[in-house]
Amino acid sequence: MSGGVDSSVAAALELDAGHEVTGCTMRLWGGASDTGCCSVADVDDARRVAQQLGIDHFVFNFGDDFDAAVVRPYVAAHAVGRTPNPCVECNRSVKFDRLLHRAQALGFDALATGHHARVAHLDGRWRLRRGIDQAKDQSYVLHMLGQRQLARVRFPVGELDKAEVRRRAAALGLRTAAKPDSQDVCFITSTAGRASFLGDRTPLTEGRVVDLDGVEVGRVPAVQLVTVGQRRGLGLAGGAEARYALAVDVASARVTVGQLDDLRTTEVGLAAMAWVDRPVAGPVLVQASAHGLARPATFDVEAALVRFAEPVIRVAPGQSVVLYRGDEVLGGGMATAAPRGGGPQ
Amino acid sequence: MVTYLDHAATTPMRPECTEAMLPFLGPRWGNPSGGHALARDARRAVDEARDVVAACLGAEPGEVVFTGGGTEADNLAVIGAVARHGRVAVCSAVEHHAVLHPVEALGGRVVGVHGDGRVDLAALDAALDAQVGVVSLMLANNEVGTVQPLAEAAALVAERSPAAVVHTDAVQAVSWLDVATLTAPAHLVAVSAHKFGGPQGVGALVVRDGVAVEPLLRGGGQERERRSGTHNVAGIVGMAAALAATVEQRGETVERVGALRDRLADGLLAAIPGCTESGTRSTKVAGTCSLLIEGIESEALLVLLDRKGICATAASSCASGAAQPSHVLAAMGVPRALAYGSLRLSLGWTTTGAEVDHALAVIPGAVAQLRERSAVPVLR
Repeated sequence: MSGGVDSSVAAALELDAGHEVTGCTMRLWGGASDTGCCSVADVDDARRVAQQLGIDHFVFNFGDDFDAAVVRPYVAAHAVGRTPNPCVECNRSVKFDRLLHRAQALGFDALATGHHARVAHLDGRWRLRRGIDQAKDQSYVLHMLGQRQLARVRFPVGELDKAEVRRRAAALGLRTAAKPDSQDVCFITSTAGRASFLGDRTPLTEGRVVDLDGVEVGRVPAVQLVTVGQRRGLGLAGGAEARYALAVDVASARVTVGQLDDLRTTEVGLAAMAWVDRPVAGPVLVQASAHGLARPATFDVEAALVRFAEPVIRVAPGQSVVLYRGDEVLGGGMATAAPRGGGPQ
Repeated sequence: MVTYLDHAATTPMRPECTEAMLPFLGPRWGNPSGGHALARDARRAVDEARDVVAACLGAEPGEVVFTGGGTEADNLAVIGAVARHGRVAVCSAVEHHAVLHPVEALGGRVVGVHGDGRVDLAALDAALDAQVGVVSLMLANNEVGTVQPLAEAAALVAERSPAAVVHTDAVQAVSWLDVATLTAPAHLVAVSAHKFGGPQGVGALVVRDGVAVEPLLRGGGQERERRSGTHNVAGIVGMAAALAATVEQRGETVERVGALRDRLADGLLAAIPGCTESGTRSTKVAGTCSLLIEGIESEALLVLLDRKGICATAASSCASGAAQPSHVLAAMGVPRALAYGSLRLSLGWTTTGAEVDHALAVIPGAVAQLRERSAVPVLR
């Protein structure tokens, strides 16, 4: 129970379904964050909802795990010019590993969360599907769940659209009914921001911005903070055409920029693949950001390579790339760095 | 059946206390700072309570400053002494956060402890100089129960920092130790009512004659300008009644509960492989059983115990309800991974043999369950 409306209603739905339910909130971050899913105020909200529902509520401190599995890798990825997705790592290592193990050790049969996604059991195999509410679907950040995890997790609000979730929360009189959705990375404050968070933890170095011919066209204060595909903040004087970051090379403190066409590619290589069930090759739909479109492509398992049917904007290295068939998640991995200059090989 | 083994967090109110408080939650509702009959009635109750508290703590009535609890008393001592004298604060690394955080916030010095939790007197000696204005050393530790060598420390302070005052947080000591005698070397002594059968939200700081602290709260000038704010009359009266009963029964309680604690600790040490005791039994208060259990996390163990009706804690209580790695165990040199397996069972004046039996019957099995299920890599 994060203290948000989705997990509040998830707990209520599990109770309605006749289960013996215990609430728990993870304390993940001791920093100055005032947003996201782990502030003290959110723990207060989660506890009050549990009290309203008449269930026990425990707070688990997984701060060390979160630091080791999420925060440090996040910093390390930026330090080499990648654009990591910490929510994915939190789900992989903390929520659906550490917490799921804790639940098992305590004798619980299942872990329910407020994610908008659906789990189904068909033909003896567990399937992971998008939530009913396409706008709130969170299957992208759950793509690493395999058969063993899916057998033990439940996403009850994935069967509802968000308006219905809020309606149910209001009907139950839950204090979280009208609480805004959290959007930010939970350990980075809206006020201090990414630059100061990373600057406190890893050296940020000034970088040269060069065009495809290697000619310097600008400078950036911190090459580690540039994301492939970024347009603003590259220190470029207003040219005739907008230019975008094509590649980030921290070792040589260089950002290569080019025009939108240069940013297009038809491929992305994947590393650290995780499959919901068995590996799948052939035609798939590929989603490369949390709220991006899923685009037609084929997946080559041996090469771990996605080939898009139409050119797409290059995927920033470090981002999660998730493969779907229809609304079913097949699996996913992390985008690898494209060859410099990019484009089809 | 609920087995309550968290008396160091709070202990049930004594019947003498409840009885003494009730009139002040009803007909005797006056403000003691006034001059009329109702006010005088309340004033008399506060004055009588002050006499009782002073006698029990080995202080003069005028030395007792009533506060809103132990944390306020500790803050008044540390912050008030530094504000008055403008010098450096020093404390041990195992102090309660009510001392440690003010000392740290004031840029003070923190002195290490030995593996048994007792302050390193050589390190204290090294931290003392003419710049030091207040030295705070708790009488008994809240997590492990270690009793500190206050007299030796105070003698050291008198020699090395003669201008400094000595503060002791005696919050956890009142139920178990002869506080009046043991705190005599200290200039400032903090106590909290709910740790000895009084109500929550009331405490006291003894400020010896001739010692001055700047007030934290300014206003109507109550408590001889040392703590403004209308008195919590019912709380103060209740604290005095609880303290009197505690001191009167202390010898018997220590003997009886100490034997129960020994049976509990010895039984668990024998029944749980990979289990050790924090601190040294002979230098701990009678109510505390503090264990380190390998291969488990007490955060999970506490959930299992709670579901079996056993109330305990990992190390100390904290506001969020989440377990924090214990600064006390860290200062004692306990590795962080092992500190996650810390279990504090604290007994009190109501603890029975049946509760100890219940704990002995449940805890080894719960530890075994966690070890078994954690050892099986079900998910991988």
